[in-house]
Amino acid sequence: MELTGAEIIIECLKAESVEYVFGYPGGAVLHIYDAFYKQDDVKHILVRHEQGATHAADGYARSTGKPGVVLVTSGPGATNAVTGIATAYMDSIPMIIITGQVPKHLIGNDAFQEVDSVGITRPIVKHNFLVGDVKDLARIFKQAFYVATTGRPGPVVIDIPKDITANKTEFLYPEEIRMRSYNPTVKGHPGQIKRAVDVILAAERPMIYTGGGVILGNGSEQLRKFTRKLGYPITQTLMGLGAFPATDKLSLGMLGMHGTYEANMGMHNCDVLIAIGARFDDRVTGQLEKFCPEATIIHVDIDPASISKNVRVDIPIVGQVAQVLDDFLVELQKTEKTPKASALDAWWKQIDEWRSQDCLKYDRDSDIIKPQFVIEQMYAVTEGKAFVTSDVGQHQMFAAQYYGFDEPRRWINSGGLGTMGFGMPAAMGVQLAHPNDLVTCITGEASIQMCIQELATCRQYNLPLKIINLNNRYMGMVRQWQEFFYEKRYAMSYMEALPDFVKLAESYGHVGIKVEKPADVRPALEEAIAQKDRLVFLDFITDQEENVYPMVPAGGGLNEMILV
Amino acid sequence: MRHIISILLENESGALSRVAGLFSARAYNIESLAVAPTDDPTLSRMTLVTSGTEEIIEQINKQLNKLIDVVKLVDLTEGTHIERELMLIKIHATSESMAEIERLAEIFHGRIIDKTDTTCTLEVTGNGEKLDAFVESLSSMTICEVVRSGILGISRGEHVLD
Repeated sequence: MELTGAEIIIECLKAESVEYVFGYPGGAVLHIYDAFYKQDDVKHILVRHEQGATHAADGYARSTGKPGVVLVTSGPGATNAVTGIATAYMDSIPMIIITGQVPKHLIGNDAFQEVDSVGITRPIVKHNFLVGDVKDLARIFKQAFYVATTGRPGPVVIDIPKDITANKTEFLYPEEIRMRSYNPTVKGHPGQIKRAVDVILAAERPMIYTGGGVILGNGSEQLRKFTRKLGYPITQTLMGLGAFPATDKLSLGMLGMHGTYEANMGMHNCDVLIAIGARFDDRVTGQLEKFCPEATIIHVDIDPASISKNVRVDIPIVGQVAQVLDDFLVELQKTEKTPKASALDAWWKQIDEWRSQDCLKYDRDSDIIKPQFVIEQMYAVTEGKAFVTSDVGQHQMFAAQYYGFDEPRRWINSGGLGTMGFGMPAAMGVQLAHPNDLVTCITGEASIQMCIQELATCRQYNLPLKIINLNNRYMGMVRQWQEFFYEKRYAMSYMEALPDFVKLAESYGHVGIKVEKPADVRPALEEAIAQKDRLVFLDFITDQEENVYPMVPAGGGLNEMILV
Repeated sequence: MRHIISILLENESGALSRVAGLFSARAYNIESLAVAPTDDPTLSRMTLVTSGTEEIIEQINKQLNKLIDVVKLVDLTEGTHIERELMLIKIHATSESMAEIERLAEIFHGRIIDKTDTTCTLEVTGNGEKLDAFVESLSSMTICEVVRSGILGISRGEHVLD
């Protein structure tokens, strides 16, 4: 039987076991929406702005490992999705974005709601397609899902002219796909793995540094075995938190610009650096010339282009993180060599001395609410088990520093692109994927306003998020930089004309609570969590000029931190 | 250092702009670029001349390989290779200057491919330096137009990019 292009799209989504599509209708996708209307297998979540759709699909993908799917119309629908596509691209999140396009005969005519979506998204996708014939549709969907989810994952855009969604053809979903130009490496080179294990075991001051790749590559279990077997210290990037438990004594916390003293000093002084699924981002390395001056560097990554991009690597291993770690474990089992016990003892003594600096201390007796205090209380009340999304800025760093993640895929934030407005829509995707779990969004009064319209989506689909608004009346991170580097000239970083967030939440049909005293923080959190079926917007009025410490200033090495 | 990268890529719309876009987005140099379909019409062969430090060239190779449309590539400058460029050049020519033009064409193994009362058009092939030298040799004349194909490259011996 022949199906229309629109029906084929639904069949492709079914074949890929897609549960939810996040989208917003418009002229160019009306045939597709009509096909949605006629079925119940794939659920459509109507957002209030296309950016929200992309972040929601992104949150769904990050919390499940499955690709998130977005459907938007041509022109402004596609351009509104751009920020979310770039966000997913920078953090290597598997996503499929279906954009409507004007009918084929109008392409290039400056038609109503026409934009070159493939051209605009080209630098921010893993790959994109403009469908030219309804007969290609099923193959392109198969390829898109394959490309998005394998190798180093990423977003894939499928741009579909309207006439193609009405044209008919036989539907046949390819069972397998082979692309001559795309064959991601899986297994690491055995010789390199042997060499790496020799260097790892000969280390006197080792450091394991892991990133989001461990989470994306589902290598958390292997990482735990590997790290514990060696008894080496481990630090994780902002994107990697949770792959190894924060509560394990081997964990030194996060590294980088706002990393812990012990993690950054450990990096700077190590003699062997074992980098796994991390990409030596500038927020992690600080000044490159000063980075890990004494270390032999081993780097495991699925993406060859990530290796030796910023930092010259001594032993590169291209492969899937989980697979390579498995091979490391086999090699460690086989060899008669063991870690250097006495050198390690001395190394741990040094690390413990750095730890005793207690770099995350803050004024716990303050009579104004400290943002760190809110996160600590939240951690206590949720027993460290909540899903936590965040927006971007100081609150994001406080969340990363003070909420100890023990499991992967619980901490969801925009690390690479740093997209304000990400937190709440991402939390919607997480909540849909995990309807019975507690999903929280840590945000600030500036970030939350960038996608505030999604409060309506939360109401429509009864998504009982707990929104933790750390309201300091400033764009906190901008203000912090202005304090440190611009002699406190707070240009445009003060948030004037803030809404009454309690009333705002209520007007969308949610619960709003304003909290102004430290003593009320915990009870408010408990009350919010007790309201299982309601979205609760907690507006915490926090210290206006609290800063995120430690901080590695621009141009500094990791050992050159500003401490509290 | 100057490198000649030879690329086999899917002959699909957009493939060329993916390569060109990569170079502009990552601030790499393109000195010249030539592309056309091969004997297999589903594949295009591109010859790209770029320059940079060893680290940058390594990244260029890796980033090109990451593009889904890129099937294979080789840095021709890593081995022995042949490079050629085609130039079409139109010069102002009078009956007095024709003898000199013909003499220069012979020296540079060029061919006259069009002639009017006032102009003469030649084709010359060779590496970039030779073409530069030919243009230089015409400095006493009036050059109306220069069209160069960009470098094409192929490795010597049995090496094949397929």
